[in-house]
Amino acid sequence: MRVAAEQQLSLITGAEAAAHAMRQIDPDVVPVYPITPQTPIIETFAQFVSDGLCHTEIINVESEHSAMSAAVGASCAGSRVITATSSQGLALMLEIVYIAASMRCPIVIAVGSRALSGPINIHCDHSDSMMARDAGCVQLFAENAQEAYDLMLIAQRLAEDHRVLVPVMVMQDGFTITHSAEPVALLPDEVVKEFVGEYEPLYPLLDVDHPTTQGPFALPDYYFELKRQQADALDAARSVWLELQEEFAALSGRRYHGFFEAYKLSDAEYVLVILSSTAGTAKVTIDRLRRKGVKVGLLRPWVFRPFPAHEIAQALAGKRAVAVLDRAISLGSWGPLYLEISAALGRYLPKRPMLYNYIYGLGGRDTPPELLASVVTDMQNEVDPTVLRYLGLRE
Amino acid sequence: MIEIRWHGRGGQGAKTVSQLLAGAALRHGHYAQAFPEYGPERSGAPVKAFNRIDTKEIRLHCSIYEPDIVVVLDPTLLCAKEARVTEGLKRHGILLVNTTQTPEEIRALTGFPGKIITLDAEALARSVGARFSNVVMLGALARLLGNISLEDLEAELAQAFGEKALATNLAALRAGFTALTESLETLEATA
Repeated sequence: MRVAAEQQLSLITGAEAAAHAMRQIDPDVVPVYPITPQTPIIETFAQFVSDGLCHTEIINVESEHSAMSAAVGASCAGSRVITATSSQGLALMLEIVYIAASMRCPIVIAVGSRALSGPINIHCDHSDSMMARDAGCVQLFAENAQEAYDLMLIAQRLAEDHRVLVPVMVMQDGFTITHSAEPVALLPDEVVKEFVGEYEPLYPLLDVDHPTTQGPFALPDYYFELKRQQADALDAARSVWLELQEEFAALSGRRYHGFFEAYKLSDAEYVLVILSSTAGTAKVTIDRLRRKGVKVGLLRPWVFRPFPAHEIAQALAGKRAVAVLDRAISLGSWGPLYLEISAALGRYLPKRPMLYNYIYGLGGRDTPPELLASVVTDMQNEVDPTVLRYLGLRE
Repeated sequence: MIEIRWHGRGGQGAKTVSQLLAGAALRHGHYAQAFPEYGPERSGAPVKAFNRIDTKEIRLHCSIYEPDIVVVLDPTLLCAKEARVTEGLKRHGILLVNTTQTPEEIRALTGFPGKIITLDAEALARSVGARFSNVVMLGALARLLGNISLEDLEAELAQAFGEKALATNLAALRAGFTALTESLETLEATA
């Protein structure tokens, strides 16, 4: 099959894919500070700007705290703003990410997922994005370079929809996706321009004829109501996401159906729940196990915030066992994805499947198919579900 | 699916040739991945790069542990303990080495029981004015794989290199391709 001829695929890394999305979106302002493994995103994008392929003002700031501060200022002024970061960079900008969310700034944040220090480590896990899960952003997780591109485009529309107006974080796994070259189908520039359209800010500070106060104090009289509005904005993101995926499918042929990918899920007895790139390896594992007659499937959320609790509970109803694989740990508790799914099953299902939690891949530990197959074997053997398990750890 | 592992030293262009190979494979209608060994890059330190090539979409996003082919860009890595060039290489796989030594000498050095092919890529690179042997080895590997055309590789090179570097690298590519054709003929004659 001549793949390239049919779909016009180019071999690019996930970081380059995100940078191409940024080039086509052509944001007004990109304040950014480099950090591994995000750096090739902004490096590639800066080359595009320098080559005159887009008209963005890049602001080279002195830290991620400043990057997000500049992003908030530019967004409030009425600009379309994108930034990118990883790990410690996200940790440093987090103080202002909360403010961006509360000021309803539709900033898109590309994240090359990387473990948080310490010990210092540059490799992938999801501790950085999970640290930011309560900030008030929509959080999308890409499996591969193609999704890293597609989700950046959808994120721009999702963030700027007047029913939503919150930052959207788009996660791609550090190195595994940011630095790996894979076939990616890029949409024509004009198609993207039409899809993302022009940003129409509600209350731009530069609209001097209609002056507004932004970012004021909110004491016990109003803080609570403002938080409720943010919760409503995240809820509204659910239906906007569903609308956008229809529109995106019509122009790209690529469908992000619902809130999660269901791979061989409908007749599965055993289910792996997993985010991001390792889900690809899980699909290969599932194919191998299916050939041996094991009824196993995958549920891979694209959307972590807002969390699609009801939809996931419905999809897992009647399953014999479910293993949630977390690439982050809430130390002193269990994995964040597991905790969400455990709550969802408890809330919506009278009879829950056996539910397991595995922590995997911290600090970039590789997770090959054999390890994922061992999780399915554990489920078949009905191992103790009250024990938190670690996958691929030397004990 | 064919899985390939490249061994080089930081600065010798292992990552570059792995990406060129994947790009040429894609042009040829295959699916392909290219990824470097992830980590801080240091000039001169042993580095690895990887390729997967398949007729189907590639979903695996883990490392490669049992490659079908290992390409060694720098002969000094054969003796470097930390490089472990034949680790996991399939017994029926192929070890392609840039060296002045013979396949028998490489077998004695590595203990690898499968097919060993050697060529003096460094001399070939020098003969065309290239600083590194990586593109010579890329040409040799393409000849070995058989399903990557020289034309597709040349198109990838044309996209990756500026005018001056392109001529040198095209010559290096063809030198590797031709040298391997001769090596394979010798292998067949002695088999």
